[in-house]
Amino acid sequence: MPLLSLSNLAVTFDTASGPFKAVDGVDITVEAGEVLGIVGESGSGKSVAMLGLMGLLPPSATVTADEIAFEGRDMRAMSGRERRKIIGKDIAMIFQEPVASLNPCFTVGFQIKEALRAHTDLDRKGRHHRAVELLTAVGIPDPERRLSAFPHQMSGGMSQRVMIAMATACRPKLLIADEPTTALDVTIQAQILDLLIDLQKERGMGMILITHDMGVIAETAERVIVQYAGQQVERQRVATLFDAPHHPYTSALLAAIPERSTGRRLPTIPGVVPGQGDRPDGCLFNPRCPKADDLCRSVMPHRQTAGLGEALCHYPLNPLVV
Amino acid sequence: MVRFLLSRVLVLIPTFIGVSIVAFAFIRLLPGDPVQMLAGERVVDPQRHAAIMHQLGFDRPLVMQYLSYLWNLLHGDFGTSIVTKRGVITEFFTLFPATLELSLCAIVIAVLLGVPAGVFAAVKRGSWFDQSVMGAALVGYSMPIFWWGLLLIILFSGILQWTPVSGRISLLYYFPQVTGFMLIDSLLSGQKGAFGSAVSHLILPSIVLATIPLAVIARQTRSAMLEVLGEDYVRTAKAKGLGRSRVVGVHALRNALIPVVTTIGLQVGVLMAGAILTETIFSWPGIGKWMVDSVFRRDYPVVQGGLLLIAMIIMVVNLAVDLLYGVINPRVRAR
Repeated sequence: MPLLSLSNLAVTFDTASGPFKAVDGVDITVEAGEVLGIVGESGSGKSVAMLGLMGLLPPSATVTADEIAFEGRDMRAMSGRERRKIIGKDIAMIFQEPVASLNPCFTVGFQIKEALRAHTDLDRKGRHHRAVELLTAVGIPDPERRLSAFPHQMSGGMSQRVMIAMATACRPKLLIADEPTTALDVTIQAQILDLLIDLQKERGMGMILITHDMGVIAETAERVIVQYAGQQVERQRVATLFDAPHHPYTSALLAAIPERSTGRRLPTIPGVVPGQGDRPDGCLFNPRCPKADDLCRSVMPHRQTAGLGEALCHYPLNPLVV
Repeated sequence: MVRFLLSRVLVLIPTFIGVSIVAFAFIRLLPGDPVQMLAGERVVDPQRHAAIMHQLGFDRPLVMQYLSYLWNLLHGDFGTSIVTKRGVITEFFTLFPATLELSLCAIVIAVLLGVPAGVFAAVKRGSWFDQSVMGAALVGYSMPIFWWGLLLIILFSGILQWTPVSGRISLLYYFPQVTGFMLIDSLLSGQKGAFGSAVSHLILPSIVLATIPLAVIARQTRSAMLEVLGEDYVRTAKAKGLGRSRVVGVHALRNALIPVVTTIGLQVGVLMAGAILTETIFSWPGIGKWMVDSVFRRDYPVVQGGLLLIAMIIMVVNLAVDLLYGVINPRVRAR
């Protein structure tokens, strides 16, 4: 039984100019202790899908799915109260903007202990001990004193460490990290990523790592899902993805990694992810795809087989040689 | 902290001088003088008029009058009422508890109803509750306070006969003033029914005086709350699996209160202005009514001194609000 199993997840926003499907047909399974990467540009619906799972979207969003199961339990059928016993305890999430994600009016200690109070039986003293333990685990020096610090007294990297401490407070089985390093300095990014991976290994957590950095995926994840305009365009093992991408979008993303580029200029993908108003017919990637033809411009592609990265493409790259 | 306090107190000095000039000039801009007003419809002999004006010192050049007024102020002398011959300070502090009692009741009503109304309106944005609260707030804010007071008197005192029309307590009761607060004094007196009478006298004026602050606080709370509810840290609180009441009531409200507290502080000025109208309508013997009566009598020292004292109270309350800021907003707290 997988830890998390989502199938055909869709998120629709009710906007002034009509409904907008930001996420469509997303399937995700995560096994216990596994790291799953989700990559894609800004606007590809990576975060929205995960926020939908957590129930953190504004009321204008409608989340539908054929299955949302955590450890085999159907989360769709749960009441808000039952869901909240899982959210924050077994499934935790950290966000892109650590500084904005901490409440400026409360101390770090209050915010960490609050999570413990909601989900554990620890008494006041126990919570304090655990909070100190957590801050030590995420590499914050002088944790006793830091507990009484307010978020504005900390740097971005420190804030993200606190967020990680808070998210892992109740020993979650699944941690969703939504671009955890995007807002941080380059030097800090690697530290935070190492910390996440260490914690994940140490505790055997499942982890969904959302990023737009292919390099990060290469270092950390076992499987990767490439998402574009709300759709999963390719699902592959990381080991094979880098050598043999099957979707032209994946291939273009890989080509845009500075370390892999061979020419004098770094290749880019022309254009932007289509929004609400400019959705093309057929394959959503066709306006930016170098290989697109009339078929791509008129007919939505079917999903290819697992051997072809389950690519959502009429003409997958690197076909298997029979 | 000491520096902050000192700098804020220093700012009070020019404000104080400014208010004293305005108060001094304002009452003298009105046609007529105290002697004419005291004489009423009787004609005063010009010589006698001049003699009394000389005796009161009102025949000197205005600059001289102001400077000697300022000099007396610096010595703590706010002057003496021309009409009652009692010290302005004495009169002020005799009447001030009545106004304070009324204002406190009004602000308590405004905060206790306004903040929850604003919070629920924001949480249920666009609902019938939100729309009716905001509609009511707009009406309350736009309504002339004296007209609203009269309407309530007609309904509750006139037609329904639930509440008395005016005053602080029924004439049946008499007891010494201990605190000056009728609610407390009536309880202390131990007289049966006195407290109930004090409450029934207080309720309508409090509602009238609370109306504008209530409307402003509800609207301010709603907009602050709407902004805060979209913040990342509210999402974090939800992601912890906290219940809705905790997310809204603790994480969001604490942040939303920061601008609301400023608004509440500013409403103290509005309350003082409102007290003048409310006390006049309900014959409430407080400083608002005292000021109005004194303006009509051209009682120069009382109007000058009263305005100055009211201004000082507003300044002190605003200073207190600024200090309270540090308590609720750690980002401005002195390290």
